Amino acid sequence: MTEPVLSVRNLQVEFASRRGTLRAIDGVSFDIAKGEVLGVVGESGAGKSVTGLSVIGLIDPPGRIAGGEIRLSGLRIDNLPPEEMRRIRGKRIGMIFQDPLTSLNPLYRIGDQIVETIRTHLNLSEQAARRRAIELLAEVGIPAPEKRIDGYPHEFSGGMRQRVVIALAICAEPELIIADEPTTALDVSVQAQIISLIKRLGRDHGTAVMLVTHDMGVIAETSDRVAVMYAGRVAEIGPVQDVVKNPLHPYAKGLMGAIPTLAGDDKRLVQIPGSMPRLSAIPRGCSFNPRCAFAFDRCRVERPEPLPRGAQSVACHLYDSVPTESAA
Amino acid sequence: MSAPFVQVRNLRRVFDVSKPWLNRVLEGGHLEYLKAVDSVTFDIRKGETFALVGESGSGKTTVARMVVGLLPPSSGNVLIDGVSMTDPRQAPARRRLRRRIQMIFQDPYASLNPRFRVDAIIAEPIRAFDLIQGERDIQARVGELLSLVGLHPDDRLKYPHEFSGGQRQRIAIARALASDAEFIVCDEPTSALDVSVQAQILNLMRDLQDKFGLTYMFISHNLAVVRHMASRVGVMYLGRIVEIAEGRELFARPRMPYTKMLLGAVPDLAMSGRQRVPVKGDIPNPIDPPPGCAFNPRCPLAFDLCRKETPELIDGVACHAVNTAPVPA
Amino acid sequence: MSEAVVRHKVEDRGSRAASPGWFRRTLDSDLFYSFRRSKITMIAAGVTLLFFLLAIFASALAVQNPFDPAQLQLMNSRISPLWTADGQSPFLLGTDEQGRDVFSAILYGLRISLVVGVLGVLFSGALGILLGLTAGYFGGAVDGLIMRVADVQLSFPAILIALLINGIAKSVLGNRLDEMSMLGVLVLAIGLSFWVQYARTVRGSVMVEKNKDYVAAAQLIGLPAPVIMLRHVLPNTMGPILVIATINLALAIITEATLSFLGSGMPETMPSLGTLIRIGNNYLFAGEWWIVAFPGLALAALILSINLLGDWLRDALNPKLR
Repeated sequence: MTEPVLSVRNLQVEFASRRGTLRAIDGVSFDIAKGEVLGVVGESGAGKSVTGLSVIGLIDPPGRIAGGEIRLSGLRIDNLPPEEMRRIRGKRIGMIFQDPLTSLNPLYRIGDQIVETIRTHLNLSEQAARRRAIELLAEVGIPAPEKRIDGYPHEFSGGMRQRVVIALAICAEPELIIADEPTTALDVSVQAQIISLIKRLGRDHGTAVMLVTHDMGVIAETSDRVAVMYAGRVAEIGPVQDVVKNPLHPYAKGLMGAIPTLAGDDKRLVQIPGSMPRLSAIPRGCSFNPRCAFAFDRCRVERPEPLPRGAQSVACHLYDSVPTESAA
Repeated sequence: MSAPFVQVRNLRRVFDVSKPWLNRVLEGGHLEYLKAVDSVTFDIRKGETFALVGESGSGKTTVARMVVGLLPPSSGNVLIDGVSMTDPRQAPARRRLRRRIQMIFQDPYASLNPRFRVDAIIAEPIRAFDLIQGERDIQARVGELLSLVGLHPDDRLKYPHEFSGGQRQRIAIARALASDAEFIVCDEPTSALDVSVQAQILNLMRDLQDKFGLTYMFISHNLAVVRHMASRVGVMYLGRIVEIAEGRELFARPRMPYTKMLLGAVPDLAMSGRQRVPVKGDIPNPIDPPPGCAFNPRCPLAFDLCRKETPELIDGVACHAVNTAPVPA
Repeated sequence: MSEAVVRHKVEDRGSRAASPGWFRRTLDSDLFYSFRRSKITMIAAGVTLLFFLLAIFASALAVQNPFDPAQLQLMNSRISPLWTADGQSPFLLGTDEQGRDVFSAILYGLRISLVVGVLGVLFSGALGILLGLTAGYFGGAVDGLIMRVADVQLSFPAILIALLINGIAKSVLGNRLDEMSMLGVLVLAIGLSFWVQYARTVRGSVMVEKNKDYVAAAQLIGLPAPVIMLRHVLPNTMGPILVIATINLALAIITEATLSFLGSGMPETMPSLGTLIRIGNNYLFAGEWWIVAFPGLALAALILSINLLGDWLRDALNPKLR
């Protein structure tokens, strides 16, 4: 079996606060293969963005990676010195954030920023880098790239800016792209264009993509596999078709039913009572147990570990007693 | 048949977005206007949910603010239960009407005064309209309203920052109900919330509608949410309503090319592989919209007329390609 | 009640207990936390508090009323501080030419300085807040007028404005003012020279707050503009106002001291710290350094403490620096 591009094992991230240490990520594990898009979905406070940030080594104090390991094509990167990590970021891992303006310097022409990034990571002449930048802008769908390359970020619309950021993220041909809510700030019609762009990149370049978003629809459109996060843990992970159509974890089930769809009828939405616990008050046992309609005694004391069920994996005690078909 | 509960006629709002006078004089440049809303006309029947859907810059929030009277229209009129929201001669009637109109806002972190305790927030409309006398009765009513929206009566003694986003939105709904409002304008009430919380709030809003016969005007950019909530839908693009139809009809058989494109752009959770209209282009700058139909640069059906003349809303669609009957062969 | 509505009741059990009391909330707040983490701030607060207490209990702490001529004895004149060779009890910090106890004079002077400073801050604050609220809430021409006046005033140093107002007031009211009217003139002069900063800050905050939806919700139920301004908007702009007020207290005390030092402030019959420094200045080269040094030190310590408090408050209330 080939090595996954990204392999995260038992990741733990903690934040020191005046009220003690808060564990934002508690034992998260997943792999992303070459050319695969893994969607990481969850509601606010689930820890999905923190997971993305720890992969690119951007957890700032008071936060820190407290345990587990992150490997990029076999190389352990969670304990690299900041200087080496900086070289890996941009070269081997590309980043796309929600707000394109956090990645673009408003004072520089976008062309200069792309050329600079290319030349930092690849051994190219100024002219060659500029030609490459134009190619990249064309690839992400910016019309008249040879003219637009000399524009400043404020001269681009939100969707176009996000395309520039994507061009910036892929300019050094990274193995992995971390996209954190890349379409959240965009209008629906523009979002659709960005989604298909990200999808195409994974396919054409064989880039592994970790797509962090709260929007299950975006995941369903884009991802091959999906990890559903809840309170700093992965509740369920599996092929996107399976998780969307046949979710196993009670939280995933509730989440799928809670989303209004265009095709759905007018029936009441499934409603999960309560809301995600704060980090300072994560319940004992399964963190979902106070909101779970199926919780039993064991859920209140023992934390469920991920159990394989076919192609899916689910962290829920409900599936422990029943023998699984594939495990036999 | 009686007149519709809410009648909006030819509503128009222009914002002056010019530079300050001194800068104009010194640096040149001229007056610039942003036509945020133009020729918007629709009715809302009692007890229904009318939704306005559109992307950013479509003017849907501006329409909402004009309907409730927070923003004076540049021209046009809004009649609610026969009372004009603009006519100065009807000011006394409008004052009586106010109690019956309420609004729920998008950001539950900004719509509750952080310095007020929950009881003060919810009791404010009760006191402003002098609906209940006596502190004890007011507090009892506040507790009752809180239970109605799924919170505990004792929550009235807390401050907004002690609640989650969804709980705050419940408080905002309780405030809207405090004056026994009949017509509630909801401006993106769930777009700041997580999906599971959004489901709670949408369900709550529908339950309250059933219980009290509320009339909703629902503003959203989320088509799936609109599909779930609305009995009738108006689609807005750059300040105009481009299509208006019964909810089921609009989603089953969109007519205007923009509506088709918008529906096609919604990420599809069901992964049904349905036919889609590919999306092209960006929303134009509303200060300098394209001539004719504002959608023409992105429209697959655009022809000469579309670039010259703004289409009227005829039979629920504002589109030359749809309204100009094909020449019989 | 329909079943569906009842179902919502089960949600959000959350924390049921009512809010803890005001005192507990203060102890638990982020502000108090950052206060306790900063030693300098705690010392500054202690010193400021001490000065206020000294001023309030001046008559009880002083060995004499330094401005009651009946209590002064010329034989006690020019005594150096207690710890020097010529020191005499009970004159801790020595005496001046008329046998006035310097420590007692400082206590009484501190009282005058703080009264002028606090009243000046209250007056300029009230004026600035009112004008800033009006400008920010109504905008347009009202805003333009108020803020242009503010701009013009900002182009002069505050002390110049204060001198000007002082001069005008004296020429209108006559040159022979009693002490209390002089105090009033000083408060007026300081108030009119410091309102601009409040007005600008309040206007800025109001323009942010008035676009928030809680204001729209209040407009929707037909509350009149002054009620919305005072009940809803103003309390939410108090953070920055508090910072300015603290820093302006120091500025007001300094301005008063400067005016008094220049001779157009408090008269010698009812001196403030500034007046004491002016008087003491005459004896500096005669060797009686304590007459000027101790009022000067008191003033410096007071100003420094208040400024440190103001700096801390600005940082603690600024969400960007947290």
